[in-house]
Amino acid sequence: MSAAAIGASIKKDLTRRQYLDLYYYMRLNRAVEDTMVKLFRQNKIVGGLYSSLGQEGISVGSAYALEKKDWLAPMIRNIGALLVKGVPPRDIFMQHMAKYDSPTKGKDGTSHFGDLDNLHIVSPISMLGDLIPVMAGVAIAGRYLGQKIVTMTWIGDGGSSTGVFHEGLNFAATQKAPFVLILENNLWAYSTPVRRQVPLENLADRAKAYGIASYIVDGNDVVAMYKTAKEAVDRARAGEGPILIEAKSFRRMGHAQHDPAEYVPKEMRAHWEARDPILLYEKYLTSEKLLDAKGKKEIDDKIEALLQKDRDFAENSPMPPAEFAAEGVYCTGDDCHKVQPKWERDKREVMPPQSSVSAVWTVEGFGAGKGSSGGIAPIHFGDTPAAAEKAEIEEKLAPKSAQKTITKKKSAKTAAVAAGSRKARR
Amino acid sequence: MANTNGSKTNGAKTNGGPITFLEAIKQAMFEEMERDPAVVVIGEDVGVYGGAFKTSEGLLERFGWERVIDTPISESAIIGAACGMSYLGLRPICEMQFIDFIACCFNQLTNFVAKGHYLWNAPAPIVVRGPSGGGVHGGPFHSANPEMYFVHTPGLKVIYPSTPYDAKGLLKAAVRDNNPVLFFEHKFLYRRIKEELPAEDYTVPIGKAAVRREGRHLTILSYAAMMHTSLEAAEALAKEGIEAEVIDLRTLLPLDEETILKSVKKTNKVLVVHEDTKTGGIAGEIAAILCEKAFGDLDGPLMRVASLDTPVPYAPTLEDYFLPNAQKVFTAAKELARY
Repeated sequence: MSAAAIGASIKKDLTRRQYLDLYYYMRLNRAVEDTMVKLFRQNKIVGGLYSSLGQEGISVGSAYALEKKDWLAPMIRNIGALLVKGVPPRDIFMQHMAKYDSPTKGKDGTSHFGDLDNLHIVSPISMLGDLIPVMAGVAIAGRYLGQKIVTMTWIGDGGSSTGVFHEGLNFAATQKAPFVLILENNLWAYSTPVRRQVPLENLADRAKAYGIASYIVDGNDVVAMYKTAKEAVDRARAGEGPILIEAKSFRRMGHAQHDPAEYVPKEMRAHWEARDPILLYEKYLTSEKLLDAKGKKEIDDKIEALLQKDRDFAENSPMPPAEFAAEGVYCTGDDCHKVQPKWERDKREVMPPQSSVSAVWTVEGFGAGKGSSGGIAPIHFGDTPAAAEKAEIEEKLAPKSAQKTITKKKSAKTAAVAAGSRKARR
Repeated sequence: MANTNGSKTNGAKTNGGPITFLEAIKQAMFEEMERDPAVVVIGEDVGVYGGAFKTSEGLLERFGWERVIDTPISESAIIGAACGMSYLGLRPICEMQFIDFIACCFNQLTNFVAKGHYLWNAPAPIVVRGPSGGGVHGGPFHSANPEMYFVHTPGLKVIYPSTPYDAKGLLKAAVRDNNPVLFFEHKFLYRRIKEELPAEDYTVPIGKAAVRREGRHLTILSYAAMMHTSLEAAEALAKEGIEAEVIDLRTLLPLDEETILKSVKKTNKVLVVHEDTKTGGIAGEIAAILCEKAFGDLDGPLMRVASLDTPVPYAPTLEDYFLPNAQKVFTAAKELARY
């Protein structure tokens, strides 16, 4: 897509400040990762290094849609989301370098860190999909406490095949959790192309199985990503339940630094390299007169100064003392952590007698015959004889004009059949 | 919605009289939810149905839909969501309908929940409780004792009580603990033992064993249903002049080494009895601890009575053969006493 095409698809309803923020964070995202590649080549990064080259628009555009009070949990390629949320680059450098001043004090690397108290970030683990029920839980707790928060996490095309993806999203849907899931389809799960993982054209179609809303967005178009995420966040906050956004993009580097990704066809790589999200956006900003050479220089200088300072800080931070390995497995009590919820609603609402309810399910639409196949499948509990069921389906498939009378007849018939079969069972 | 207060047994304090193990669990949850609105219950069929064993009966009526959450059949989602809720300061009690199903959320527990505090300073005060153990002909998927998978997981605490008093007090302590706690409830004990409990609020400290019977000839270490089996064997041993000291471990992680070592110093002989299968059971760990810390105190080999190294079989004849019993404990103890 050319810059002009992007320009045509975007209505000018962001402020100048927002346009430039998106640009700044994408540039910062890439510069932080470029710096880490240098550190990696100098053997200063202890473990692996994962790149989000070409996917910066997704991390930045989606996280930028969140408010300060909202919660996010990054995946390995969401450095940009962490920067938007307020994590300083030095923390990211130190995490990778296993330094004592890093958020995990050297106990874990990469984007595996969080901040419960201030930035509201939940740490990921390497097992994919696990963050989905966790962030659904954060969302439900936030609603319970009256905080009106939205939670967000990301999952890859590969991670969308895990069992916990299904468990988590289904649970979130049943709870109508204010939760937004960004399905980052970068076409490759390590060496396996998306077609060998999922037999779907659009991974957003997975949302249908959970009865939740979904969007498909060009992940290399940061403004489209932001606008889509903003709409989803607003809807989730309004109580519409979880929302899935498929962001289409491409993983330009290998799975990690060690992987030359020779399994990726050259033409595919060339196609996506020509659609670099930062270059596309830069052209757009220039053509819309939101950015000129002077403005760009200012941003260049600002990023360079910040990263030089943070890199120096990180390099000067010590390694953790060896004995520190034995500490911190357990919370030792109030001196260690005070676990206290922040109530933003009247607690009495969730305490007896106000909390008391009748313990019965009210099942909406029960008996209306609206099954999963658009009203064709009758609702029954296995006691409707197969023949009767078949006749009923045929009746339903009858021409619309006859539908009304048939439906009436059906009710009486179904009742008789059901009663008959219950009797037979006794 | 209609206030149905008092229309059903809701686990409120009894007016004296002994109560069952099951009732003690219910009371603990009820009282913790009354005490602290941060406490919620989440699991399969815990709400309207009141739990497969009715341990959460009445909670929904009293505390409402937001605090008693019926979930899809999704153990990983239950644990994941509870963990997320705990990050905002809530204290979820998760129910596994049968503890066997905890295998379905092994990853969430061992990788996500257990490691959070160590790695990124994030406490996860959740309790995972559920009916465990055999002897009720539940078959291979409704009788397990999977505690040792988790005793091997730093960051978790593992409790396995044997009396209604401890069940209530330890469950309350677990809810108030800032760490993830697994709470095993032996279903054989649910309705078989009764005990008079104090009317006032109390907790039982996590990580402390209890001496159930004093003795001087040998020490029997046990927990859960096997604690009662061990006491039965100790009675029989006493008739033959062998005084066994019976210790109820109560918490398996952290293990109360102090109480164990103190008793070994006195009796110099140790028999460990557990319903968990033999290989990799807590007895092996205790043997290692005694070798490291009390080798000089031992006058005989550490002996163990445990279940066979097989799945839990279904037929009563097979299950009886599989499980330890008082006779097996008695025989082993007599052999040990000869040293």
